[in-house]
Amino acid sequence: MTTNPHTGFIAFVSDCARWALSGGTGFKIYLAALFSLMGAGAFAYSQQFQTGLIATGMSNIVSWGLYISNFTFFVGVAAAAVMLILPAYILKDKDLHKVVIIGEGVAVGALIMCLMFITADMGGPLKVWHMIPGIGLFNWPSSILTWDMIVLNGYLALNAIVPLYILYCNYHNRPPVDWKYRPFVFLSIFWAVSIHMVTAFLYEGLPARPFWNNPLLGPRFLASAFAAGPAVIMLVLIAIKQNTDHVVDTKIFSKLQRIIVVSAVINLVMLFSEVFKEFYAFTHHSLSAQYLFFGLDGHSSLVPWIWTAISLNILGTLLFAFAPSKWSPRYLMVAAISLFSGIWIEKGFGLIIPGFVPSPMGEVVDYVPSSVEILITLGVLATGAFVVTMLIRPALAIDKQYKKYQETVG
Amino acid sequence: MTVREKKEGPMKTEDILDTKSTRRDFMKSLSITAAAGSAGLVTGGCVGKGSTEEMGLKWEEYFKKNYRLMTQQEKDDTVTRLERLAKIQHDLDIQVSDQEPREQVLFGYAFNISRCKGYMDCVEACVQENNLDRNSKTQYIRIFELNPGQLDPTSGDGKYHHEVPVEDKFYMGVQCFHCENAPCIKACPTKATWREPDGIVVVDYDWCIGCRYCMAACPYWGRRFNWGQPEVPKEEINLKQHYLGNRLRMKGVMEKCTFCIQRTRQGKLPACADACPTGSRVFGNLLDPNSEIRFVLKNKKVFRFKEELGTDPKFWYFMD
Repeated sequence: MTTNPHTGFIAFVSDCARWALSGGTGFKIYLAALFSLMGAGAFAYSQQFQTGLIATGMSNIVSWGLYISNFTFFVGVAAAAVMLILPAYILKDKDLHKVVIIGEGVAVGALIMCLMFITADMGGPLKVWHMIPGIGLFNWPSSILTWDMIVLNGYLALNAIVPLYILYCNYHNRPPVDWKYRPFVFLSIFWAVSIHMVTAFLYEGLPARPFWNNPLLGPRFLASAFAAGPAVIMLVLIAIKQNTDHVVDTKIFSKLQRIIVVSAVINLVMLFSEVFKEFYAFTHHSLSAQYLFFGLDGHSSLVPWIWTAISLNILGTLLFAFAPSKWSPRYLMVAAISLFSGIWIEKGFGLIIPGFVPSPMGEVVDYVPSSVEILITLGVLATGAFVVTMLIRPALAIDKQYKKYQETVG
Repeated sequence: MTVREKKEGPMKTEDILDTKSTRRDFMKSLSITAAAGSAGLVTGGCVGKGSTEEMGLKWEEYFKKNYRLMTQQEKDDTVTRLERLAKIQHDLDIQVSDQEPREQVLFGYAFNISRCKGYMDCVEACVQENNLDRNSKTQYIRIFELNPGQLDPTSGDGKYHHEVPVEDKFYMGVQCFHCENAPCIKACPTKATWREPDGIVVVDYDWCIGCRYCMAACPYWGRRFNWGQPEVPKEEINLKQHYLGNRLRMKGVMEKCTFCIQRTRQGKLPACADACPTGSRVFGNLLDPNSEIRFVLKNKKVFRFKEELGTDPKFWYFMD
């Protein structure tokens, strides 16, 4: 693959597809596992489509559940690509520049999951066109949900088109033209912050829900995202390092580790501040927090989850903060997985469900996701993993080929 | 050709996965996934003779506009289609009104907490009048039983099931408060819910995409979602309907109290006020200086629920 006889868009697409799909037995098993999860998810969705959202565990009191929880978390993962883009392009960090494309691939996968979760949560998915400006009615700027649609789709476009352009140029053995893509890179930096702030505003802007109606929510979303997102990217990099001949510089891991530690510590400080506010002077508005952390009126389904989340959160932060200078990939993996899952629980259903409990009329119910809901969620997660895999494999192949070309040319 | 049979309680999800595992159903499910978005699905598929007309009607219904953007002609057309569809599908002779708000009318409601005895006749009347789903036991009105010393329904019991009145208890009814500054309207991404000129906050059921953001935004728990297909026994269906009111809803859409728009725009009282045996419910035109509601607001000490949120509800509580 040192020389590339093909040119043009069709050759680019077919080569990318080949690089994306060809692989050894291990890779085939991995793909088969993803496909079966995706199939199970599609089947579960067909059930939900027929019977309605009654197939889920949601109710008039807890009216958002697993879907919106995961949506919220993965918006953060998508936004975290900025933690690679910013140092790479603004601080001119050469090491992180090498893995920017991985971050962007993860962002695209995360955004596709977000859009799928939103669709799965909708009562009338066939009526989505009602939201499209022009043919439908778009309640902008009043509804924050319309803002969220704009920023999510815009960010998806930015994170898909910029890497596509760069890879397309590299595929044809030429460097990308700076002025053609750099403006979009800088735009995507602001955009990344905005996707997560706007998603926080969805909740923050509701005085009806005191648990969410809290100015710290947006900043806290960013801090947790900039810890969990790079942790996901780190897991992907470890997978690449272990399973391919692609070289991932250890310096990259150290830099990611530093980003994670700073963000995770800020996140914990803000968590502590929230807990202090809720419990030092307990008010009527602290009932949701009590439900989450200690249980309320005999309902305590979230209590084990939130304490697990906080333990994992602290464990992950400590593991990253006090990592030995000669860490093994396995060490980083444990650290990344614990931090990632801690934030996933805490910011997913640990944030969404207590917003609804107690209800505005003071009623307390527990929410338990149904098997249909869980299967659909797993299907979406598998789709996300599939998308990330399909994007990163050709990207790495093109990168490798382009490097070889540069070496031969001089 | 009857309204769906009543199920025995809501189906559990495990049941759905287990009981429908025959090959035919499996294929049906798969094809539905595959066909999502296609015209066949939109129109509900082709079933036997006489369905061509039904398919055509459903097709036109699918592509109709938001109610507020319709011309009078388009409103009349969709009403005709809905009436015809009810005839074809369920052999029902419904009359759907698209009556406009009347000039110089702004509806308001007042609730006398010293008179209400918690009989819940209002709840029953509301369920009957508004064709509320019997499967999920949907209620627009909730009555909370409170102990003296409280004036906040959130501390009361909204599920009491015993003989009333009870010594030393009092009762507070809540429903949609038709706020002037309604958070639900602000939240809706598709403008499927809005405040009519006579103050009624309505939902265009056909335009609602079922995202439930309005539900999260409402500080009064005033909205109800159709998690499954709502069901009303055929003989109990109220045939006098309004496009923005009690017409039969479908799964996946939001609904709420409309101050019985189908009645009140004709000058009648809402079903709840009509049914109340104690005279606790006062409904009327806030712009009419001689109305009872204006008398209450002027002469009684009134208060509103969660006033600090600035939603400006048009629903007041008062005491004798």
